[in-house]
Amino acid sequence: MDRIYLDHASCIPVDQRVLKIAEPFLTRDFGNPSSLYSAGLEAKQAIEESRAKIARFINAENEKSIVFTSGATESNNLAIRGTAFRNQKDGKEVLASAIEHISVLNPMKELQKNGFTFNIVPVDSTGIVDQNKLDDLLTINTIVTSIMYANNEIGTIQPIKEVSKIVHKKGRFLHVDATAAAGRIPIDVQKDGIDLLTLSSNDLYGPPGAGVLYVKPGVKVQSVMPGGGQERGLRSGTENVFAIAGMGEAVRITQKEMRGESARLEKIRDKLINEILKIDQAYLTGHPKHRLPHHASFRFSHIEGESILLNMDMYNIQIATGSACSHKTLEASHVLLAIGLKHEEAHGSMVITLGRSNKIEQVPVVVKAVRETVERLRRLSPLVKNR
Amino acid sequence: MNPRNVGVIKNPDGHGTVGNPVCGDLMEIFINVKDDKITDIKFKTFGCGSAIATSSMITELAMGKHIDEAMKITRNDVADELDGLPPQKMHCSNLAADALQAAIKDYKKKK
Repeated sequence: MDRIYLDHASCIPVDQRVLKIAEPFLTRDFGNPSSLYSAGLEAKQAIEESRAKIARFINAENEKSIVFTSGATESNNLAIRGTAFRNQKDGKEVLASAIEHISVLNPMKELQKNGFTFNIVPVDSTGIVDQNKLDDLLTINTIVTSIMYANNEIGTIQPIKEVSKIVHKKGRFLHVDATAAAGRIPIDVQKDGIDLLTLSSNDLYGPPGAGVLYVKPGVKVQSVMPGGGQERGLRSGTENVFAIAGMGEAVRITQKEMRGESARLEKIRDKLINEILKIDQAYLTGHPKHRLPHHASFRFSHIEGESILLNMDMYNIQIATGSACSHKTLEASHVLLAIGLKHEEAHGSMVITLGRSNKIEQVPVVVKAVRETVERLRRLSPLVKNR
Repeated sequence: MNPRNVGVIKNPDGHGTVGNPVCGDLMEIFINVKDDKITDIKFKTFGCGSAIATSSMITELAMGKHIDEAMKITRNDVADELDGLPPQKMHCSNLAADALQAAIKDYKKKK
Protein backbone atom coordinates (compact mmCIF):
# COMPACT_ATOMS: atom_id res chain seq x y z
CA MET A 1 0.00 0.00 0.00
CA ASP A 2 1.34 3.46 -0.88
CA ARG A 3 2.37 5.53 2.08
CA ILE A 4 -0.08 8.19 3.22
CA TYR A 5 1.75 10.85 5.18
CA LEU A 6 -0.48 12.81 7.57
CA ASP A 7 2.02 14.40 9.95
CA HIS A 8 2.94 17.67 8.26
CA ALA A 9 3.15 19.45 11.61
CA SER A 10 6.27 17.48 12.46
CA CYS A 11 8.19 17.23 9.20
CA ILE A 12 7.58 18.29 5.61
CA PRO A 13 9.35 17.23 2.41
CA VAL A 14 11.21 20.09 0.75
CA ASP A 15 9.39 21.29 -2.36
CA GLN A 16 11.26 20.27 -5.55
CA ARG A 17 11.00 23.85 -6.87
CA VAL A 18 12.65 25.08 -3.67
CA LEU A 19 15.43 22.53 -3.90
CA LYS A 20 16.18 23.60 -7.48
CA ILE A 21 16.77 27.20 -6.35
CA ALA A 22 18.63 26.34 -3.12
CA GLU A 23 20.78 23.36 -4.04
CA PRO A 24 23.45 25.31 -6.02
CA PHE A 25 24.35 27.23 -2.84
CA LEU A 26 25.65 23.99 -1.37
CA THR A 27 27.82 23.16 -4.36
CA ARG A 28 28.37 25.55 -7.28
CA ASP A 29 27.51 28.93 -5.76
CA PHE A 30 29.11 28.46 -2.34
CA GLY A 31 30.67 31.37 -0.50
CA ASN A 32 30.68 32.96 2.93
CA PRO A 33 28.24 35.90 2.87
CA SER A 34 30.68 37.91 5.02
CA SER A 35 33.45 37.65 2.41
CA LEU A 36 34.02 40.64 0.16
CA TYR A 37 34.91 38.80 -3.05
CA SER A 38 32.20 38.07 -5.57
CA ALA A 39 31.38 34.53 -4.32
CA GLY A 40 30.66 36.03 -0.90
CA LEU A 41 28.65 38.90 -2.31
CA GLU A 42 26.52 36.51 -4.35
CA ALA A 43 25.75 34.47 -1.24
CA LYS A 44 24.94 37.69 0.60
CA GLN A 45 22.62 38.71 -2.20
CA ALA A 46 20.76 35.39 -2.00
CA ILE A 47 20.16 36.02 1.70
CA GLU A 48 18.89 39.53 1.08
CA GLU A 49 16.52 38.35 -1.66
CA SER A 50 15.12 35.76 0.74
CA ARG A 51 14.76 38.42 3.43
CA ALA A 52 12.73 40.58 1.05
CA LYS A 53 10.41 37.71 0.13
CA ILE A 54 9.76 36.91 3.79
CA ALA A 55 9.17 40.56 4.69
CA ARG A 56 6.52 40.71 1.95
CA PHE A 57 4.97 37.43 3.11
CA ILE A 58 4.11 38.77 6.59
CA ASN A 59 3.82 42.45 5.54
CA ALA A 60 6.76 43.54 7.69
CA GLU A 61 7.58 47.27 7.81
CA ASN A 62 10.99 46.66 6.26
CA GLU A 63 13.45 43.93 5.37
CA LYS A 64 15.72 44.68 8.31
CA SER A 65 13.04 43.39 10.66
CA ILE A 66 13.64 39.83 9.39
CA VAL A 67 16.32 37.98 11.40
CA PHE A 68 17.41 34.56 10.17
CA THR A 69 17.93 31.82 12.75
CA SER A 70 18.30 28.04 12.63
CA GLY A 71 14.60 27.35 13.15
CA ALA A 72 11.55 27.95 15.31
CA THR A 73 13.12 26.85 18.59
CA GLU A 74 15.94 29.34 18.21
CA SER A 75 13.54 32.10 17.11
CA ASN A 76 11.39 31.50 20.18
CA ASN A 77 14.45 31.59 22.43
CA LEU A 78 15.72 34.80 20.86
CA ALA A 79 12.29 36.41 21.09
CA ILE A 80 11.79 35.55 24.75
CA ARG A 81 15.22 35.54 26.35
CA GLY A 82 16.64 38.22 24.05
CA THR A 83 13.77 40.62 24.67
CA ALA A 84 13.37 39.89 28.38
CA PHE A 85 17.06 40.37 29.19
CA ARG A 86 17.44 43.46 26.98
CA ASN A 87 14.46 45.23 28.57
CA GLN A 88 14.59 43.94 32.13
CA LYS A 89 15.09 47.42 33.58
CA ASP A 90 11.48 48.09 32.49
CA GLY A 91 10.07 45.07 34.31
CA LYS A 92 10.70 41.43 34.98
CA GLU A 93 7.46 39.65 34.15
CA VAL A 94 6.68 37.29 31.28
CA LEU A 95 3.42 35.65 30.23
CA ALA A 96 2.51 32.74 27.96
CA SER A 97 -0.61 30.78 27.13
CA ALA A 98 -0.85 27.30 28.63
CA ILE A 99 -0.69 25.67 25.19
CA GLU A 100 2.51 27.28 23.88
CA HIS A 101 5.18 25.09 22.33
CA ILE A 102 7.78 23.75 24.73
CA SER A 103 10.40 26.01 23.10
CA VAL A 104 8.39 28.97 24.44
CA LEU A 105 7.55 27.55 27.86
CA ASN A 106 11.05 26.32 28.70
CA PRO A 107 12.86 29.63 28.01
CA MET A 108 10.25 31.32 30.22
CA LYS A 109 10.81 28.79 32.97
CA GLU A 110 14.51 29.51 32.69
CA LEU A 111 13.83 33.23 33.07
CA GLN A 112 12.24 32.43 36.43
CA LYS A 113 15.65 31.31 37.63
CA ASN A 114 16.92 34.76 36.70
CA GLY A 115 14.40 36.53 38.88
CA PHE A 116 11.60 36.95 36.36
CA THR A 117 7.97 36.20 37.22
CA PHE A 118 6.34 33.78 34.77
CA ASN A 119 2.57 33.49 34.62
CA ILE A 120 0.48 31.18 32.46
CA VAL A 121 -2.72 32.28 30.75
CA PRO A 122 -5.36 29.51 30.66
CA VAL A 123 -7.35 28.50 27.58
CA ASP A 124 -10.93 27.29 27.26
CA SER A 125 -11.96 23.76 26.25
CA THR A 126 -11.54 24.64 22.56
CA GLY A 127 -8.06 26.05 23.13
CA ILE A 128 -8.90 29.78 22.84
CA VAL A 129 -6.96 32.04 25.22
CA ASP A 130 -8.99 33.37 28.15
CA GLN A 131 -8.91 37.10 27.38
CA ASN A 132 -10.15 38.17 30.81
CA LYS A 133 -7.42 36.17 32.54
CA LEU A 134 -4.88 37.60 30.10
CA ASP A 135 -6.01 41.09 31.04
CA ASP A 136 -5.84 40.23 34.76
CA LEU A 137 -2.33 38.81 34.56
CA LEU A 138 -0.84 41.67 32.52
CA THR A 139 0.92 44.47 34.39
CA ILE A 140 3.10 47.38 33.32
CA ASN A 141 6.05 45.13 34.16
CA THR A 142 5.08 42.45 31.62
CA ILE A 143 7.94 42.59 29.11
CA VAL A 144 7.07 39.67 26.83
CA THR A 145 3.70 37.98 26.30
CA SER A 146 3.81 34.90 24.09
CA ILE A 147 0.61 33.71 22.41
CA MET A 148 0.87 31.36 19.45
CA TYR A 149 -1.01 32.15 16.23
CA ALA A 150 -2.37 28.62 16.05
CA ASN A 151 -1.67 25.45 17.97
CA ASN A 152 0.12 22.50 16.38
CA GLU A 153 -1.64 19.81 18.42
CA ILE A 154 -5.26 20.94 18.36
CA GLY A 155 -5.27 23.36 15.40
CA THR A 156 -7.01 26.19 17.27
CA ILE A 157 -6.42 29.67 15.83
CA GLN A 158 -6.17 32.51 18.37
CA PRO A 159 -7.86 35.90 17.91
CA ILE A 160 -4.43 37.56 17.67
CA LYS A 161 -5.74 41.06 16.89
CA GLU A 162 -7.82 41.13 20.07
CA VAL A 163 -4.98 39.57 22.05
CA SER A 164 -2.64 42.29 20.76
CA LYS A 165 -5.00 45.06 21.89
CA ILE A 166 -5.21 43.60 25.39
CA VAL A 167 -1.45 43.03 25.65
CA HIS A 168 -0.58 46.55 24.54
CA LYS A 169 -2.94 48.21 27.03
CA LYS A 170 -0.51 47.37 29.84
CA GLY A 171 2.30 45.14 28.67
CA ARG A 172 5.20 45.76 26.30
CA PHE A 173 5.86 43.19 23.59
CA LEU A 174 3.66 40.52 22.01
CA HIS A 175 5.54 37.51 20.67
CA VAL A 176 3.59 35.23 18.35
CA ASP A 177 4.81 31.77 17.39
CA ALA A 178 3.40 31.32 13.89
CA THR A 179 5.19 28.04 13.11
CA ALA A 180 1.94 26.09 12.68
CA ALA A 181 -0.15 28.90 11.19
CA ALA A 182 2.18 30.43 8.60
CA GLY A 183 1.45 29.27 5.09
CA ARG A 184 -2.02 28.05 6.07
CA ILE A 185 -3.73 31.33 6.94
CA PRO A 186 -2.74 34.92 6.05
CA ILE A 187 -0.52 36.71 8.57
CA ASP A 188 -0.01 40.47 8.60
CA VAL A 189 2.24 41.58 11.45
CA GLN A 190 1.19 45.22 11.13
CA LYS A 191 -2.57 44.67 11.01
CA ASP A 192 -2.36 41.99 13.70
CA GLY A 193 -0.25 44.20 16.00
CA ILE A 194 2.62 41.75 16.45
CA ASP A 195 6.02 42.79 17.87
CA LEU A 196 7.90 39.51 17.45
CA LEU A 197 6.95 36.63 15.16
CA THR A 198 8.47 33.15 14.79
CA LEU A 199 8.56 31.32 11.45
CA SER A 200 10.05 27.96 10.48
CA SER A 201 11.38 27.14 7.02
CA ASN A 202 10.49 23.45 6.98
CA ASP A 203 6.88 24.10 7.95
CA LEU A 204 6.63 26.10 4.71
CA TYR A 205 8.13 23.30 2.55
CA GLY A 206 11.58 24.87 2.83
CA PRO A 207 14.77 23.14 3.95
CA PRO A 208 15.14 22.38 7.65
CA GLY A 209 17.82 24.47 9.34
CA ALA A 210 16.39 27.93 8.79
CA GLY A 211 13.86 30.01 10.67
CA VAL A 212 12.98 33.64 11.13
CA LEU A 213 12.33 35.98 13.97
CA TYR A 214 10.51 39.10 12.86
CA VAL A 215 11.46 41.99 15.14
CA LYS A 216 9.25 45.05 14.76
CA PRO A 217 11.30 48.21 14.16
CA GLY A 218 12.01 49.84 17.52
CA VAL A 219 11.78 46.65 19.58
CA LYS A 220 15.08 46.15 21.41
CA VAL A 221 16.39 42.58 21.49
CA GLN A 222 19.79 41.29 22.54
CA SER A 223 21.61 38.30 21.13
CA VAL A 224 21.45 35.06 23.10
CA MET A 225 24.47 33.56 21.35
CA PRO A 226 27.52 35.85 21.22
CA GLY A 227 29.84 35.50 18.24
CA GLY A 228 30.69 37.17 14.95
CA GLY A 229 27.69 39.50 14.98
CA GLN A 230 25.85 38.40 11.85
CA GLU A 231 22.17 39.35 11.40
CA ARG A 232 22.57 42.85 12.89
CA GLY A 233 24.33 41.33 15.88
CA LEU A 234 21.21 39.36 16.83
CA ARG A 235 22.25 35.97 15.51
CA SER A 236 25.93 35.13 15.24
CA GLY A 237 27.24 32.32 13.10
CA THR A 238 27.87 31.97 9.37
CA GLU A 239 24.52 32.05 7.63
CA ASN A 240 23.03 28.80 6.27
CA VAL A 241 22.75 30.20 2.74
CA PHE A 242 21.24 27.02 1.30
CA ALA A 243 18.42 26.85 3.84
CA ILE A 244 17.85 30.61 3.88
CA ALA A 245 17.64 30.89 0.08
CA GLY A 246 15.35 27.85 0.10
CA MET A 247 13.12 29.36 2.76
CA GLY A 248 12.70 32.53 0.65
CA GLU A 249 11.62 30.53 -2.37
CA ALA A 250 9.37 28.31 -0.22
CA VAL A 251 7.68 31.43 1.13
CA ARG A 252 7.26 32.92 -2.36
CA ILE A 253 5.57 29.74 -3.61
CA THR A 254 3.43 29.44 -0.48
CA GLN A 255 2.26 33.04 -0.72
CA LYS A 256 1.19 32.47 -4.32
CA GLU A 257 -0.57 29.15 -3.70
CA MET A 258 -1.85 29.43 -0.13
CA ARG A 259 -5.41 30.49 -0.83
CA GLY A 260 -6.14 27.64 -3.25
CA GLU A 261 -4.17 25.04 -1.30
CA SER A 262 -5.79 25.88 2.03
CA ALA A 263 -9.26 25.66 0.47
CA ARG A 264 -8.36 22.28 -1.03
CA LEU A 265 -7.04 20.92 2.26
CA GLU A 266 -10.02 22.29 4.17
CA LYS A 267 -12.32 20.08 2.07
CA ILE A 268 -10.22 17.01 2.82
CA ARG A 269 -10.07 17.98 6.50
CA ASP A 270 -13.84 18.41 6.79
CA LYS A 271 -14.50 15.08 5.12
CA LEU A 272 -12.04 13.36 7.47
CA ILE A 273 -13.59 14.99 10.53
CA ASN A 274 -17.14 14.09 9.46
CA GLU A 275 -16.25 10.47 8.82
CA ILE A 276 -14.02 9.90 11.85
CA LEU A 277 -16.53 11.43 14.25
CA LYS A 278 -18.97 8.70 13.17
CA ILE A 279 -16.83 6.25 15.15
CA ASP A 280 -18.27 5.50 18.58
CA GLN A 281 -16.79 7.69 21.35
CA ALA A 282 -14.59 9.67 18.97
CA TYR A 283 -14.29 13.37 19.74
CA LEU A 284 -12.73 16.37 18.01
CA THR A 285 -10.07 18.21 20.01
CA GLY A 286 -9.56 21.94 19.50
CA HIS A 287 -11.94 24.47 18.01
CA PRO A 288 -14.62 23.23 15.59
CA LYS A 289 -14.50 26.42 13.48
CA HIS A 290 -11.44 28.49 14.33
CA ARG A 291 -8.99 25.83 13.31
CA LEU A 292 -6.18 25.50 10.78
CA PRO A 293 -7.40 24.32 7.35
CA HIS A 294 -5.03 21.34 7.25
CA HIS A 295 -5.56 20.19 10.84
CA ALA A 296 -7.83 17.44 12.21
CA SER A 297 -7.29 16.22 15.77
CA PHE A 298 -9.24 13.69 17.80
CA ARG A 299 -9.38 11.61 20.89
CA PHE A 300 -10.83 8.14 21.28
CA SER A 301 -12.01 6.74 24.60
CA HIS A 302 -10.43 3.60 26.11
CA ILE A 303 -7.39 3.37 23.84
CA GLU A 304 -3.89 4.78 23.85
CA GLY A 305 -2.30 7.04 21.24
CA GLU A 306 1.03 5.38 20.69
CA SER A 307 -0.79 2.14 19.91
CA ILE A 308 -2.95 4.07 17.47
CA LEU A 309 0.20 5.44 15.81
CA LEU A 310 1.83 2.01 15.53
CA ASN A 311 -1.34 0.37 14.31
CA MET A 312 -1.92 3.05 11.67
CA ASP A 313 1.69 2.58 10.56
CA MET A 314 0.83 -1.03 9.69
CA TYR A 315 -1.51 0.47 7.06
CA ASN A 316 1.46 2.62 5.96
CA ILE A 317 -0.37 5.71 7.23
CA GLN A 318 1.61 8.16 9.35
CA ILE A 319 -0.22 10.10 12.03
CA ALA A 320 0.82 11.81 15.28
CA THR A 321 -0.37 11.56 18.86
CA GLY A 322 -0.14 13.68 21.98
CA SER A 323 -0.04 10.56 24.11
CA ALA A 324 2.38 10.54 27.02
CA CYS A 325 3.84 7.24 25.90
CA SER A 326 5.07 8.75 22.66
CA HIS A 327 7.01 11.51 24.44
CA LYS A 328 10.49 11.10 25.82
CA THR A 329 9.32 12.55 29.14
CA LEU A 330 6.31 10.19 29.34
CA GLU A 331 4.17 13.12 30.45
CA ALA A 332 0.71 13.64 28.98
CA SER A 333 0.47 16.49 26.47
CA HIS A 334 0.31 19.82 28.31
CA VAL A 335 -1.92 21.10 25.51
CA LEU A 336 -4.56 18.41 25.98
CA LEU A 337 -4.48 18.81 29.75
CA ALA A 338 -4.82 22.60 29.35
CA ILE A 339 -8.07 22.20 27.38
CA GLY A 340 -9.42 20.22 30.31
CA LEU A 341 -8.94 16.61 29.27
CA LYS A 342 -8.27 14.07 32.00
CA HIS A 343 -4.97 12.18 31.81
CA GLU A 344 -6.64 8.98 30.59
CA GLU A 345 -8.46 10.99 27.90
CA ALA A 346 -5.29 12.79 26.79
CA HIS A 347 -3.62 9.40 26.25
CA GLY A 348 -6.03 8.53 23.42
CA SER A 349 -5.28 11.36 21.01
CA MET A 350 -4.60 11.32 17.28
CA VAL A 351 -3.43 14.29 15.21
CA ILE A 352 -3.68 14.54 11.42
CA THR A 353 -1.97 17.41 9.60
CA LEU A 354 -2.48 17.47 5.85
CA GLY A 355 -0.14 18.70 3.14
CA ARG A 356 0.49 19.00 -0.57
CA SER A 357 0.78 15.23 -1.10
CA ASN A 358 -2.69 14.49 0.28
CA LYS A 359 -5.73 13.95 -1.93
CA ILE A 360 -9.41 13.68 -1.20
CA GLU A 361 -9.33 10.11 -2.62
CA GLN A 362 -7.23 9.09 0.38
CA VAL A 363 -10.01 9.89 2.85
CA PRO A 364 -11.87 6.54 2.66
CA VAL A 365 -8.58 4.63 3.02
CA VAL A 366 -7.59 6.64 6.09
CA VAL A 367 -11.04 6.43 7.66
CA LYS A 368 -11.17 2.65 7.19
CA ALA A 369 -7.74 2.28 8.81
CA VAL A 370 -8.73 4.51 11.74
CA ARG A 371 -11.99 2.61 12.25
CA GLU A 372 -10.26 -0.77 12.20
CA THR A 373 -7.45 0.45 14.46
CA VAL A 374 -9.86 1.82 17.05
CA GLU A 375 -11.93 -1.38 16.98
CA ARG A 376 -8.84 -3.56 17.29
CA LEU A 377 -7.37 -1.62 20.21
CA ARG A 378 -10.72 -1.56 21.98
CA ARG A 379 -10.92 -5.35 21.71
CA LEU A 380 -7.60 -5.33 23.54
CA SER A 381 -8.59 -2.72 26.09
CA PRO A 382 -9.58 -3.66 29.64
CA LEU A 383 -11.39 -0.31 29.87
CA VAL A 384 -14.11 -1.49 27.45
CA LYS A 385 -16.57 -3.17 29.74
CA ASN A 386 -18.99 -5.11 27.51
CA ARG A 387 -17.24 -8.47 27.44
CA MET B 1 1.64 -5.49 15.75
CA ASN B 2 0.17 -8.95 16.15
CA PRO B 3 -0.47 -9.66 19.84
CA ARG B 4 -1.16 -13.27 20.90
CA ASN B 5 -3.68 -14.51 23.48
CA VAL B 6 -5.83 -11.39 23.54
CA GLY B 7 -9.10 -11.69 25.43
CA VAL B 8 -10.63 -12.75 28.73
CA ILE B 9 -11.30 -16.04 30.45
CA LYS B 10 -14.72 -16.28 32.03
CA ASN B 11 -14.51 -17.41 35.68
CA PRO B 12 -10.70 -17.72 35.56
CA ASP B 13 -8.73 -19.60 38.19
CA GLY B 14 -6.58 -16.50 38.65
CA HIS B 15 -6.93 -12.84 37.66
CA GLY B 16 -4.42 -9.99 38.06
CA THR B 17 -4.69 -6.26 37.27
CA VAL B 18 -1.83 -3.77 37.44
CA GLY B 19 -1.31 -0.12 36.43
CA ASN B 20 -3.98 2.49 35.93
CA PRO B 21 -5.33 4.40 32.96
CA VAL B 22 -4.21 7.78 34.36
CA CYS B 23 -0.57 6.73 33.88
CA GLY B 24 -1.43 5.33 30.48
CA ASP B 25 -0.93 1.63 31.16
CA LEU B 26 -3.44 -0.87 32.52
CA MET B 27 -2.99 -4.63 32.19
CA GLU B 28 -5.24 -7.54 33.07
CA ILE B 29 -4.14 -11.16 32.94
CA PHE B 30 -6.42 -14.18 33.27
CA ILE B 31 -5.15 -17.73 33.90
CA ASN B 32 -6.58 -21.22 34.15
CA VAL B 33 -4.48 -23.71 36.12
CA LYS B 34 -4.54 -27.50 36.27
CA ASP B 35 -2.17 -29.53 38.50
CA ASP B 36 -0.36 -26.24 39.20
CA LYS B 37 0.35 -25.77 35.48
CA ILE B 38 -0.93 -22.81 33.47
CA THR B 39 -3.27 -24.33 30.88
CA ASP B 40 -4.75 -21.13 29.47
CA ILE B 41 -3.76 -17.48 29.63
CA LYS B 42 -5.33 -14.34 28.15
CA PHE B 43 -4.74 -10.61 28.48
CA LYS B 44 -6.30 -7.21 27.95
CA THR B 45 -4.13 -4.11 27.87
CA PHE B 46 -4.68 -0.38 27.58
CA GLY B 47 -1.33 1.15 26.77
CA CYS B 48 1.45 1.87 24.32
CA GLY B 49 3.16 -0.49 21.91
CA SER B 50 5.59 -1.67 24.59
CA ALA B 51 2.76 -2.41 27.01
CA ILE B 52 0.93 -4.52 24.45
CA ALA B 53 4.13 -6.29 23.36
CA THR B 54 5.13 -7.22 26.92
CA SER B 55 1.60 -8.46 27.66
CA SER B 56 1.60 -10.66 24.61
CA MET B 57 5.11 -11.95 25.37
CA ILE B 58 4.35 -12.92 28.95
CA THR B 59 1.38 -14.99 27.87
CA GLU B 60 3.66 -16.89 25.51
CA LEU B 61 6.36 -17.32 28.17
CA ALA B 62 3.95 -18.51 30.86
CA MET B 63 1.71 -20.86 28.85
CA GLY B 64 2.21 -24.46 30.01
CA LYS B 65 4.61 -23.51 32.80
CA HIS B 66 4.35 -24.64 36.42
CA ILE B 67 3.11 -21.70 38.50
CA ASP B 68 6.29 -21.67 40.60
CA GLU B 69 8.32 -21.31 37.39
CA ALA B 70 5.94 -18.70 35.97
CA MET B 71 6.20 -16.74 39.20
CA LYS B 72 9.95 -16.36 38.58
CA ILE B 73 9.56 -14.64 35.19
CA THR B 74 10.92 -11.12 35.66
CA ARG B 75 10.40 -7.84 33.86
CA ASN B 76 13.90 -8.23 32.45
CA ASP B 77 13.09 -11.71 31.08
CA VAL B 78 10.14 -10.24 29.19
CA ALA B 79 12.21 -7.34 27.84
CA ASP B 80 15.02 -9.71 26.82
CA GLU B 81 12.60 -11.97 24.93
CA LEU B 82 11.48 -8.89 23.01
CA ASP B 83 15.14 -8.08 22.21
CA GLY B 84 15.03 -5.12 24.55
CA LEU B 85 12.72 -2.17 25.21
CA PRO B 86 13.44 1.56 24.95
CA PRO B 87 15.00 2.61 28.31
CA GLN B 88 12.17 4.99 29.21
CA LYS B 89 9.65 2.16 28.75
CA MET B 90 11.38 -0.31 31.06
CA HIS B 91 9.61 1.05 34.11
CA CYS B 92 6.14 2.18 33.08
CA SER B 93 5.18 -0.14 30.27
CA ASN B 94 6.86 -3.31 31.45
CA LEU B 95 4.16 -4.39 33.88
CA ALA B 96 3.32 -7.76 32.41
CA ALA B 97 5.43 -9.80 34.86
CA ASP B 98 3.71 -7.98 37.72
CA ALA B 99 0.28 -8.73 36.24
CA LEU B 100 1.09 -12.42 35.87
CA GLN B 101 2.37 -12.61 39.45
CA ALA B 102 -0.83 -10.93 40.64
CA ALA B 103 -2.88 -13.52 38.75
CA ILE B 104 -0.91 -16.42 40.26
CA LYS B 105 -1.27 -14.97 43.77
CA ASP B 106 -4.99 -14.67 43.14
CA TYR B 107 -5.11 -18.31 42.08
CA LYS B 108 -3.23 -19.42 45.22
CA LYS B 109 -5.54 -17.36 47.44
CA LYS B 110 -8.65 -18.90 45.89
CA LYS B 111 -7.30 -22.45 46.10
